[in-house]
Amino acid sequence: MKLWLVTIRLALRSLRRNPLRSGLTSLGVIVGVGAVISMVSLGQGARAALQEQIASVGTNMVMIFPGTTTTGGARAGWGSGKRLTVGDARAIERQIEGLHGVSYHRRDVAQVQAGGANWTTTIWGVPPGYSRVREWPVAAGEFISQTQNDTAAKVAVLGTSVAAQLFGEGVDPVGATIRIKDVPFQVIGLLTSKGQSAYGQDQDDAVFIPFTTAERKVLGTQNLGTVDMIQVSMASQNDEPWVVEQLTDLLRQRRRIQPGQDDDFGIRTMSEMAETADTMARVMSNLLLAIASISLLVGGIGIMNILLVSVTERTREIGIRMAVGAKARHILAQFLCEAVTLSAAGGIAGIAIGIGVSHVISRVSGWPTLVSPLAVVGSFLFSAAVGVFFGFYPARKASRLNPIAALRHD
Amino acid sequence: MVDVPPPRRRIEPPATVSTAVILTRGLTRTYQAGDVAVHALRGVDLRIEAGEYVAVMGPSGCGKSTLMNTLGCLDSPTGGVYELLGRDVSRLTPDELATVRNRTLGFVFQDFNLLPRTSAIENVELPLLYSSVPPAEQRPRARAALARVGLAGREASTPTQLSGGQQQRVAIARALVTEPALLLADEPTGNLDSQTSIEILALLREQHARGLTIVMVTHDDEVGAQAERLLLMRDGTVVEDRRQRPRSGAPA
Repeated sequence: MKLWLVTIRLALRSLRRNPLRSGLTSLGVIVGVGAVISMVSLGQGARAALQEQIASVGTNMVMIFPGTTTTGGARAGWGSGKRLTVGDARAIERQIEGLHGVSYHRRDVAQVQAGGANWTTTIWGVPPGYSRVREWPVAAGEFISQTQNDTAAKVAVLGTSVAAQLFGEGVDPVGATIRIKDVPFQVIGLLTSKGQSAYGQDQDDAVFIPFTTAERKVLGTQNLGTVDMIQVSMASQNDEPWVVEQLTDLLRQRRRIQPGQDDDFGIRTMSEMAETADTMARVMSNLLLAIASISLLVGGIGIMNILLVSVTERTREIGIRMAVGAKARHILAQFLCEAVTLSAAGGIAGIAIGIGVSHVISRVSGWPTLVSPLAVVGSFLFSAAVGVFFGFYPARKASRLNPIAALRHD
Repeated sequence: MVDVPPPRRRIEPPATVSTAVILTRGLTRTYQAGDVAVHALRGVDLRIEAGEYVAVMGPSGCGKSTLMNTLGCLDSPTGGVYELLGRDVSRLTPDELATVRNRTLGFVFQDFNLLPRTSAIENVELPLLYSSVPPAEQRPRARAALARVGLAGREASTPTQLSGGQQQRVAIARALVTEPALLLADEPTGNLDSQTSIEILALLREQHARGLTIVMVTHDDEVGAQAERLLLMRDGTVVEDRRQRPRSGAPA
């Protein structure tokens, strides 16, 4: 027990004797652990940011897309097939229980003018329930009402980005008039800021108008009653499998799909998307981790190299210790302890540097970073293990020296 | 916890009629140097009693170093029996040999073999680190051993700050600190000038006078003359065993 303390003291002393060499030896581990910590922090930060964005859409959202057509064996992409209709949305609302709300939209890109300013953005035709389903309240004024939708009123609710482009930052646009495709609209509301979507789109760069108005005045009447997408929000995420099943059954029935035929629509849930995004982020993290591990490996080899030199240099010391009664395990412990001290000290320094670097990265580039305690503990243990692994061979070599030969060594 | 030191474990000479510290019968040691077998020891029969002061002399290659290594439990004999304090140590494992070296033997070498950049007191303490001596007792014992060789006050000096004679004193203190039954000295004055040699030999005589058994290898006739008994070796055997003066140091 005392011997262990002595062994550690001994290791520290022999490492202090050659500070430059010890520092350089640890450098590999320092860089390796530093890289692991900062890379994992970056990966974790990206993952957390992604999850936050997905949560901003609402994890209990289910999205229904029109499906594909198959022409002579060539399958077109989503949206090429039979369109979804407002009737589908109404049927869903009527027939499926446990839903928080159903909404849909049609959209197109158009130019918007206000006074002298103009801005090209996406015009969304949405029903009054859209705000509730997306959990996206107004910051000022109000959202589209049922009456406005029924009467195809020429009113608009602006996203913050559009409002800023047309009226300037921080100006309340409610009450102003804008022109969409030369049709005048009265601004009745300004939405809160929603930020970027999981795919990097600015969700606030949008103008919302009543669905009926959009059909008649802006988007054209050729596909009357059809929608680009139906969004369903569930009362609880636990209902997801059940809701998806109900939706599938209902839509197959409405679209007269025979048993055995493929669906001609697609259903995507946000939890599914969250999972995909999460998997992507994890693959990224693992890749970064793999690269960082290689530098840890190189660091370990550096420790082994220096220890082998050290064993040769200190052969006589080993001989002296053996002559006065040190057993093989004492010598083994001494050199192993030096290796672990080198690698663990490198690990601690690397953790400090890694945390520092990830702070600098997030400050400079604005990328989110998240220092994970698991990564800190893990890389410390791993660096200590590197010391044990790469220190074992030199330590064993030292412990198996013949005392007589070691004493004669110069 | 109350710090009561446990009773010290010492290998005491067996309470039989025999007071022999060293007893060898037909001791051989053969090395393989390539295809050639080198017979360094060809049957050494030796009996050294407690309290004796023995010098081993002989030309180089006569096997005296091999004998010392074997007696010092740094090496095991190829054949024959070596009993140290009545215990057969000729077939021990390396770890068991290390324990014997630690508890029973003290070494003094020609080139001192102190740890560099390490203080005198820590050099003297070294054998205690690997012993069962309680930690709290180690430093005082090392200090006492240094005082015993006349180096009180030089505890913090590193070998480079000490003269050759002082370094050898530190080495002797290190050998004495475990209170060994046998001190093995391999050319202890080989690297010292004549004045310092005289001082070191006086120090060894002093320890002998206190009852320590000493076996010393030397090629210097004057040094050899110090001992009470002289063993002359040639070609791996003891060719002459001469008592030079009556035994003085009675076993304690």
